[in-house]
Amino acid sequence: MSVGLLSLLLLGLAALGFGLGRQRAIASVNGDARGLHSLPQYYGSSVALFTAVPAFLLVLVWLIVQPVVIESTITGMILPEDIGDGSTRELVMSDVRRIAEGIDVLVANGATGDEIAALVADPVALKARLGDAGVALAADINPHVATASAAYRGEVAMGRTMMSVAALALAVAGFLFAALRVTPQFRARNVVESFIRVLLIGASSVAILTTIGIILSLVFESWHFFQIYPAKDFFFSLTWSPKFGGGSDLGIWPLLWGTLYVSFIGLLVAVPVGLMAAIYLSEYASPRVRSVAKPALEILAGIPSIVYGLFALMTVGPFLRDYFSQPLGLGESSSSVMTAGIVMGIMLIPYVSSLSDDIINAVPQALRDGSYGLGATQSETVKQVVFPAALPGIVGAVLMAASRAIGETMIVVLGAGAAAKLSLNPFEAMTTVTVKIVSQLTGDTEFASPETLVAFALGLTLFVFTLGLNILALYIVRKYREQYE
Amino acid sequence: MNDMRLTERAVTEKAKMSARKVQVYYGSNHALKDVDVDILDKTVTAFIGPSGCGKSTFLRCLNRMNDTVASARVEGKIEMDGHDIYDTRVDPVQLRAKVGMVFQKPNPFPKSIYDNVAYGPKIHGLTRSKAELDEVVETSLRKAALWNEVKDRLNAPGTGLSGGQQQRLCIARAVATGPEVLLMDEPCSALDPIATAQVEELIDELRSQFSVVIVTHSMQQAARVSQRTAFFHLGYLVEYGETGTIFTNPSDPRTESYITGRIG
Repeated sequence: MSVGLLSLLLLGLAALGFGLGRQRAIASVNGDARGLHSLPQYYGSSVALFTAVPAFLLVLVWLIVQPVVIESTITGMILPEDIGDGSTRELVMSDVRRIAEGIDVLVANGATGDEIAALVADPVALKARLGDAGVALAADINPHVATASAAYRGEVAMGRTMMSVAALALAVAGFLFAALRVTPQFRARNVVESFIRVLLIGASSVAILTTIGIILSLVFESWHFFQIYPAKDFFFSLTWSPKFGGGSDLGIWPLLWGTLYVSFIGLLVAVPVGLMAAIYLSEYASPRVRSVAKPALEILAGIPSIVYGLFALMTVGPFLRDYFSQPLGLGESSSSVMTAGIVMGIMLIPYVSSLSDDIINAVPQALRDGSYGLGATQSETVKQVVFPAALPGIVGAVLMAASRAIGETMIVVLGAGAAAKLSLNPFEAMTTVTVKIVSQLTGDTEFASPETLVAFALGLTLFVFTLGLNILALYIVRKYREQYE
Repeated sequence: MNDMRLTERAVTEKAKMSARKVQVYYGSNHALKDVDVDILDKTVTAFIGPSGCGKSTFLRCLNRMNDTVASARVEGKIEMDGHDIYDTRVDPVQLRAKVGMVFQKPNPFPKSIYDNVAYGPKIHGLTRSKAELDEVVETSLRKAALWNEVKDRLNAPGTGLSGGQQQRLCIARAVATGPEVLLMDEPCSALDPIATAQVEELIDELRSQFSVVIVTHSMQQAARVSQRTAFFHLGYLVEYGETGTIFTNPSDPRTESYITGRIG
């Protein structure tokens, strides 16, 4: 039975359970629903949940576990001599799966069981038949592999059947269990609500577990990297020159410097502009201007960063080169830290302004009134009362923007170039950690070399950096928020 | 009520502020109608009346705080020392330095106690040196009866004080700009009875230096602290006169009903 059909059956059973549970509940109080602990539909839902949820969980677990179990038994059937030179057990196993799928195709085309058994005993004929059916195989089929495929097919089919039977049995058991529990005293509402709570917990754990998984994979690969490349050189060397023949210098400093330099210029643009825009919008703008200007500013946040990258490449870069760096003799390249920084700053303006605007709006009107009542002008009030009161939140907003700037890739690829350099001249091309992560992992390279694995160490460093910034931002925001509540 | 204090009720009859035919509209809502009041110099005037009767609205006309509400419109004439405060030549910001205000909820700025009090003198440039500013801060805090409690921690944040202390800090802050009239919008409604008693005592002391106008929901408070009382009802000024008379022998039946608790 296919998983789809099984799901439909389970859902049908659950729907039936809902109807039955509801009916039984009403019947148990002779049609007067006021005698029930919960509303009738809660009784229905409790039966439906007990029918469907455990069965679906079983199917889910089974689908994950079954392939692992089958692989381990089938792998045992393949002898060491079956694995050719330059091949591995994994490659042979993928052949097994492919042949098994091919046989499925043959069966679907009308081959009988006897025919299949004969073909399995005769690998050459099997290969020919598979080729006819559209499943092409590169090498001849080893007899062991053929039998392994047949066994694999058998186990998969048996596993499926067992799964269907088990799931249906569990569903029926849950159905009966829940249906029998329906009495006027049964607290169906509480049961349904605890199911919902488990669902909510599950949803939040998915997010947390994914984060942990990402961190672990980064840590694991970084650990690999530090096995083959000394950590001292990575963290303290001032040169970055990966050579794919070996003997590379993989110092993080030029990249980190580029990242921080570009982010710094980005924030230098974004913070004053964003902040002043926020102050205007929240303190001075009339409601009509605000209702137009705020969404317009937030459109900036919706532009994909690659578009900003194009803007940097086509417009800002050449402009800066022609009017600033060349006349001043500071550089010849249109890719520069300045280009990327300015465009990144433009991208960050809406983050800073939107967050700050919310924070400034949260400053109580009573404080403004107090200041006006003492004869302060609006600008004095903003400068000396509203802004200091909002400052902790604004610092948090700026740090959030900073961690975005550090993680930004596309603008830097197109705006700042790809040369890893330690220089103070902002009109020179430099590069950042993110750009190098991309360039180390793209292309045909061996995955076990330090030149590739360094990407994970870079990623981990970046992650630690931005995580630290975010924690700091949250801490600041939280610590000072209590002040006016 | 409080007959023993009748001697204290002797006041100058000089009007500090006078309002004639004041109308206030919030959008199309006519919130205040034909109000005529004379606020006497060095006198505590209480505004009483049920919620929504317009007493806070009128209070906010006296220092043009209604200007900060976009939908509010004020008509009529309000004079201070004979000058129209709604004249186009009058800067509302300058006016508010002369007519200070204390609000219902204590609203200290998120600054130190010292900076809270020094705020007004600083923005108006009232002092020429740090020493002079220190002195203004100290005298203001003394006038607000807060000096002894905070003199050792002037650099602590004003938001860390208790509710009653915060309200007295706000009074000190208003006193520091050297106002001629002090408006108080239910200054004790967020305070406990002890803090209320302290603030009331303070109001009585402040009367020696300037006029105080207080909006209150507590008739006992109005009777205790004020020499003049105005009763507002549904946007009209119903009755205005000597506090003792208003409470013991009101001429308007609505005033009597309110004081005895039949309307409100």
